[in-house]
Amino acid sequence: MSTTYKRQNPAFYALIAALIMMSLGPIILMLSTSLQLNVDIMSDSSSFFFMPTMKNYETVLCNVLWYTPEHVDYCNPSFARSLGNSLIVALVSTVITLIVGCMAAYALVRFRFMGRGTISMSTLMMRMVPPAVLLVPVFGIWTFQYGLDGTFTGIVLVYVAMNLPFVIWILQSFIIQVPIQLEEAAKMDGASPLQVFFLVVLPVIKPGLAAAAIFTFRIAWNEFLLANALLDRNTRTVPVTIVNSLTEHDIDWGVIMATGMLLAVPPIIFTFLASKQIITGMTAGAVKG
Amino acid sequence: MLRINPNRMTPYMFLAPAAIIMAFALLYPIGYMVYASFLDWNPSQRIGEADWVGLRNYANLLQDESFRESFFVTIKFAFAVVTLEMIIGVGLALLLDRNIRGMSMLRTIFILPMMIAPIVVGLMWRYMYHPTVGIFNQTLKSWGFEPIPWLSDSNWSLISIIIADIWQWTPFIFILALAALQSLPRSALEAARIDGATGWQQIFYIKIPLMMPVLIVTALLRLIDAFKVLEVILVMTNGGPGLSTEIMSLRIARTASEFRELGVAAAMSNLLLLLLFVLTVGMFIYNKIQENRAARIRKVAEEA
Repeated sequence: MSTTYKRQNPAFYALIAALIMMSLGPIILMLSTSLQLNVDIMSDSSSFFFMPTMKNYETVLCNVLWYTPEHVDYCNPSFARSLGNSLIVALVSTVITLIVGCMAAYALVRFRFMGRGTISMSTLMMRMVPPAVLLVPVFGIWTFQYGLDGTFTGIVLVYVAMNLPFVIWILQSFIIQVPIQLEEAAKMDGASPLQVFFLVVLPVIKPGLAAAAIFTFRIAWNEFLLANALLDRNTRTVPVTIVNSLTEHDIDWGVIMATGMLLAVPPIIFTFLASKQIITGMTAGAVKG
Repeated sequence: MLRINPNRMTPYMFLAPAAIIMAFALLYPIGYMVYASFLDWNPSQRIGEADWVGLRNYANLLQDESFRESFFVTIKFAFAVVTLEMIIGVGLALLLDRNIRGMSMLRTIFILPMMIAPIVVGLMWRYMYHPTVGIFNQTLKSWGFEPIPWLSDSNWSLISIIIADIWQWTPFIFILALAALQSLPRSALEAARIDGATGWQQIFYIKIPLMMPVLIVTALLRLIDAFKVLEVILVMTNGGPGLSTEIMSLRIARTASEFRELGVAAAMSNLLLLLLFVLTVGMFIYNKIQENRAARIRKVAEEA
């Protein structure tokens, strides 16, 4: 395939360069801050060139490193622990949301049954509910009725419920495109509905699953408010730890930026690996074909 | 003997897990919240021990000066953000809608700000707005200007958080607008070009009107999301100085955790939900009207 590219105006390239600078600038600034010591950050001299140091990352990860960094007097285990917590919560939420959401989306697309329209509609309505609105009831119910406060189960349940509407809705648009003949052929060969679903439909909608997985992971990985209300000292996720270590004055910017960088890295990796799926996921709703 | 036809049950079986989870962790909490908004309830009580106060929470809220203030801050923030992002995003999409090498790389870079945790975005901007070591004030100082009190002055703080939100979310509108542009019918643009329409005429009389349905849905989606913004502002200003950046989500969170008045927070949540509900219904109705119109046009075209 050969596409011809017209030569563009130099001003056009300048604009693109400026845009790239603008969207990457803050991220690069955060990275470079995380590689400096607080003394250097706070010094007035312009620090465009500096000796990068890994000390901030060592401070953050002090108790999971295989060696003891000598500059750390007191090792605060909460950062490393919260990283582990975040990982568990985000991964488990993503897997459950995908399985459950996928099945529901399949039922909504492929079967005609009572209440289908209403269910489809109310799923879409649920998308608008902001996390702040769930704060009060979730706190009350999880603490006093379900007894799930401070547990991973509790927070995973919220995240799954919060993400399901979006995942169902996005997977619907992918499942509709699966040719029905494919499924009928499998049924003809004697496959049960569950087999058709797992062995025929799932492999075909992989791109949709990737998009849905990334969106769910991103929300569970980044969420702060509900995690802050539900989790306790031992189950805290990274966003909660970051906010808790922010004080009015004397912020250790180097260490905080290092934590922030660690929190930002997984989404950044996903973006580079699957930007196409992410964009499909974002456009699926508003732009139809 | 009662026999259930397995084929009749299949859809319900597939739906059951999702339905159960959503009933327990989404619908029930929302119903619970509506009930809680009529109570005088603090976090150390069980809900059964709280006193029923009827509509008092709502009545107090509507008279509360600071609630009204934060309501207007929310509205100001949401509309400013959506308007500016629409203008910039659509403008950039129109400019960059060309065949250039590396477009997909460019789009990947643009979606990065959206993928990063709002907490981290708040951190980055708080650092950049820092009165002495922040990059903005250092640059201003080196050019010989007075430093700006980005986050500490109530006139600037709202502008500062709007700038941060524009940085994070303009790419969303850009990407949707670009997708809309690239799915426009080529024939209409071709015809306009042959008839001698200038670039500007093509944009204002052909491209924008044809993109309109997508743009309106995009703006509404973004508006709904703008009411959900919380973490970025929490990290940057925590609502201050004064109430200048205290948007409603933040006020709900603070009422619940700092002032420990869950009933009032629930009443506020209900009002916010109502507002979002109106917006969402508006979007649905608009979508339906568009679909019906498209169907009618198609029918006319087929009959002709």
